[in-house]
Amino acid sequence: MLRLEPRTERSRLLLWTTPLLAAAMTVVSAYAVFLIIGVDPAKALRHVIFDPFSSAYARSELLVKAAPLALIALGLSLGFRANVWNIGAEGQFTLGAIGGGAIALAFYGVDGPWLFPLICAGGIAAGMGWAAVPAALRTRMGVNEILVSLMLTYIAVLLLSALVSGPLRDPDGFNFPESRIFHESAIPPMLIEGTRAHIGIAIVPIVAIFLWWLTRYHEVGLSLRLLGDTPRAARFAGYSEARAVWFCLLISGGLAGLAGALEATGPIGQLVPGIPVGYGFTAIIVAFLGRLHPIGVVFAALALAVSYIGGESAQIAMSLPAAMVGVLQGTLLFWLLIFDLFVGYRVRLLGPPKKSVRATAESDREMSEAGGA
Amino acid sequence: MDDVLRVEFVTKRFPSVLANDAVTFSVRHGEIHALLGENGAGKSTLVKILYGLLQPDSGTLTLEGKPFAPANPATARESGIGMVFQHFSLFEGMTVAENIALGLPGARPDTAFESKVRTLSEEYGLPVRPTQVVGDLSVGERQRVEILRCLMQSPRLLIMDEPTSVLTPQEADDLFVILEGLRKRGLSILYISHRLSEIRALCQAATVMRGGKVVATCDPRNETARSLAEMMIGASLVQPISARPEPGPVRLKLEALGVAAEGPFGVPLEDISLSVSAGEIVGIGGVAGNGQAELLSALIGESPIAHGDICVDGVSVLGQGPSQRRGMGICFAPEERLGHALSPGMTLAENVLISARRRAGLSAHGVLNFGAAARFAGEVIAKFDVRTSGPQQTARTLSGGNLQKFSIGREIAQKPIALVAAQPTWGVDAAAAATVHRALIALAEAGTAVLVISQDLDELRSLSQRLAILSDGKLSEAVPTAELSLAEIGTLMGGRSLQGGMHATA
Amino acid sequence: MELLAGILFTLTIASTPLVYAALGELVVERSGVLNLGVEGMMIIGAIGGFAVAYSSGSVAMGVFGGVVAGATLALLFGAITQIFLANQVVTGLALTIFGLGISALIGQAYTGQTLDTFPRLYLPVLSEVPILGKVVFQQDILVYGSIALTAAVWWTLTRTRLGLIIRAVGEDHEAAHALGFPVIPIRLAVLAFGGGCAGLGGAYLSLVQTPIWVEDMTAGRGWIALAIVVFAAWRPWRVLLGAYLFGGFTIIQLHAQAFGVNISPQYLSMIPYIVTILVLVAMSTDTARRHFRAPACLGKTFFTVR
Repeated sequence: MLRLEPRTERSRLLLWTTPLLAAAMTVVSAYAVFLIIGVDPAKALRHVIFDPFSSAYARSELLVKAAPLALIALGLSLGFRANVWNIGAEGQFTLGAIGGGAIALAFYGVDGPWLFPLICAGGIAAGMGWAAVPAALRTRMGVNEILVSLMLTYIAVLLLSALVSGPLRDPDGFNFPESRIFHESAIPPMLIEGTRAHIGIAIVPIVAIFLWWLTRYHEVGLSLRLLGDTPRAARFAGYSEARAVWFCLLISGGLAGLAGALEATGPIGQLVPGIPVGYGFTAIIVAFLGRLHPIGVVFAALALAVSYIGGESAQIAMSLPAAMVGVLQGTLLFWLLIFDLFVGYRVRLLGPPKKSVRATAESDREMSEAGGA
Repeated sequence: MDDVLRVEFVTKRFPSVLANDAVTFSVRHGEIHALLGENGAGKSTLVKILYGLLQPDSGTLTLEGKPFAPANPATARESGIGMVFQHFSLFEGMTVAENIALGLPGARPDTAFESKVRTLSEEYGLPVRPTQVVGDLSVGERQRVEILRCLMQSPRLLIMDEPTSVLTPQEADDLFVILEGLRKRGLSILYISHRLSEIRALCQAATVMRGGKVVATCDPRNETARSLAEMMIGASLVQPISARPEPGPVRLKLEALGVAAEGPFGVPLEDISLSVSAGEIVGIGGVAGNGQAELLSALIGESPIAHGDICVDGVSVLGQGPSQRRGMGICFAPEERLGHALSPGMTLAENVLISARRRAGLSAHGVLNFGAAARFAGEVIAKFDVRTSGPQQTARTLSGGNLQKFSIGREIAQKPIALVAAQPTWGVDAAAAATVHRALIALAEAGTAVLVISQDLDELRSLSQRLAILSDGKLSEAVPTAELSLAEIGTLMGGRSLQGGMHATA
Repeated sequence: MELLAGILFTLTIASTPLVYAALGELVVERSGVLNLGVEGMMIIGAIGGFAVAYSSGSVAMGVFGGVVAGATLALLFGAITQIFLANQVVTGLALTIFGLGISALIGQAYTGQTLDTFPRLYLPVLSEVPILGKVVFQQDILVYGSIALTAAVWWTLTRTRLGLIIRAVGEDHEAAHALGFPVIPIRLAVLAFGGGCAGLGGAYLSLVQTPIWVEDMTAGRGWIALAIVVFAAWRPWRVLLGAYLFGGFTIIQLHAQAFGVNISPQYLSMIPYIVTILVLVAMSTDTARRHFRAPACLGKTFFTVR
């Protein structure tokens, strides 16, 4: 007979080994899925796992994909610690692309060292603005932020599509729904020549280390942790829930907006309806795979970037649909959640519970009741 | 065969204690039979055995002449035992009829069932509307629902566990009428209590337990409250402690404090006025749910003050959050240890950061000093005899008594100007309770104003120089504890003030 | 007149999948479980229904396939949240990401294929009545089914012991457990029902509404279904009303041009999402909250030493 007992403390060993275990199980499950749907599993997995590391360019692309995932997930993991469920990072990312892109278009051809920071600021502001809606509705009226931030994602995607077919459309673009290609002055500085690896990649470790410090050594970290675990103790400690909700949503919205502005001006180079490709949703998986820990998130973002690049590679080589990446990512999260049980609980294999064990529990209750009555 | 229930030589041993030692007594038909004893006398163990929640090590039970050995509550109910617990197990969001139907095998909550409930409730004089949502009912009404749920199964014996501990005196009077009515219809009731006056008024027989044994069986109508109490305690009654040094200047003052109700079933506070002086312990008594939660939240600063003021050393705390208030010198020890005072998943060192950041200097410009926090936690552990492996132990792994010592110790170690402690010994063992009481008295003697909010009248009578009663959101005037009789306290708990110059004390 | 009849006809077609998905989620939430994976279960129902109908040649089998596919995914959610005690919000999101992916993978083989049109019920005489005839009496059986299911869910929840137990589990799982009700098996069964409903809603899209398979064809309807449950304050008949309101907003864009409205289609497409937010705001006022309480245990993990 199996018995489940809560651990008094979460197992730290399992906390950090289960993500690796989950990744391994994902490969096994993917093998089975490919087999079932009639795709050569070994070949597909070879593409997914090894292609992203096969060349210097592929490795740089890995960083290009990991950067927005990490930026978004760093923000989201703050909120997830504190029970603030921003599910609409995809929308904030899209708004960031619109904000940054609109500034790039407004100063088309104007050169200056101030332009790139301005574009970043525009992206951050737009993302924050979009996230401020669920923040205001939750703190003022108690509206659930999950559905609001999610609905705003659909609106953001439609807004981008409307803008690039209307006011932001390329006048010389034969009516295609896309903006002009940004002027060189608006493109972020490159880290590695000849690749798409831009300066935004360097921002990630800075943000990660700052957030790690903030959550580890600053009262902000204590307040978020208390709000997530024991909201009443957080109030007792004098931390306001509304402030934490604003903080989490503005930071995650701003970081998602920054990622959007960098994505639009960097790898893509213009505003197109296809800018939102699901980074905002994948970042949720990144946050959990990284254990909501800023440094863990960076590594998790790299792992998920592998699934994108590898998935793309398998897609081209074996004509598989792009959504296959979603299967890999969804499966990864499932396994992680399943293994999480063993982080918080101990599973015991025993016969029927021994009498003495139960009697002790009963007598403990008896004692506490006797004292409490 | 006149007995409904016979209990013969029932023994139940737990590893640390012999809870029932050859307990023997019987309940007769149409009798309200009191089971009397102090906390820990073994009453609740016996009741759990009767209701099938525990099995005795030895001894026999006989119900209506037949051997009776319930393996679980369901078989106990089928055999004819009905049980009304001290804490109700009702679904707040569901109606009365639905709640009753859930407890009956196969029942459906249709209109026929509703009318059946209505008929029964009228028949037994238990007025409740079947379609009403339980969350909207008063405590007394909820108890009626519990009783009705039992009556629907036509029990032979109804067990009531401390039924008046959650009721106002008026509600208790209503309950006595109901129980007397049930008795007249032939139902037998086993009535568990330690309140002597109600047992003398209500019961025809009483079995007194002490230390797991039956020490006496008597007719309570022929006994005095004093003789019953002496049987129960086996010693003389607790006397309120006497003089301590004269109190100094007023340090904590509540002026016409008004606070909105917390949640849909809370109680608003109206014009609460009280002052606590340096060196003084003032107690606030009363049944829980009369505004205690609202008062504590308003003092801590977790909920806003509608009108009036709270002053610490003459300075108003209005507009200040919990952290600023601690900075001004007032500290708080809420009754709920895990989940309010302490966070269960955090270590003791991290837990001191919750309330002692400011006064103990554990944080500078928002940056936390974990080394200082661990040292502070270590001091609290040493000073208040907290049994733990050290400051790095997780809070949830400590026992209730040790948690309480740590929780109160954390506040006392901050040397507050005023301390508010709610239910300071709720659910802790006697040794820990004594430690907490000694620490509170020592704190007061060192010049702190101490306010204790508690349901435990014995605790308040032994601890506080002055005592006030909170009832239905109103606070009575605080009068010297020694001059207040139990009867007067009862009157105040019923929401009536002490009229005339009876206790016009300084 | 014809136009009006046409609009009302498309309204029922747009609303029916929402009715099914939202009804299923309603029962799930009444049992205290918050499954945010409706979108994933709908899309898997859409491809499951299409694939089975295509290979068997029977739309009836297709409907069945959609139900089974949705219920299967829901049981995966159930296993992870009820047995492995994972957070319901995160698991629901994983379910949606996974469902969208796996449906696209399976659906690759079916892209561009078409099905026979779904049979309609023509009630004699009545279906000849102008306007009303077309709207009320010429629908497919699943439209009538959605209304029957609303009635059945209402009756079960309010009038039967089964419904009483489901609600009790959602209100207070500890007390329900104490009364001897098997909390986890009940929730798993309810989840399977909810998943089946979502799958049926998805199958309706791929079998009746368009009848073709398109990747990501649910386009956020699963999320709207979740909003409808809040809008309906966990009451079945209001779900029906809410689904038709939201269905109405989705078809406004189709017919706006006909009325001479000249706005970018994207702005019109935003309407249902904006309305959802407005409804959530309206439902959050204090009065609304007091009247329409969510099940008390919604989204909470039930654990007992076992």
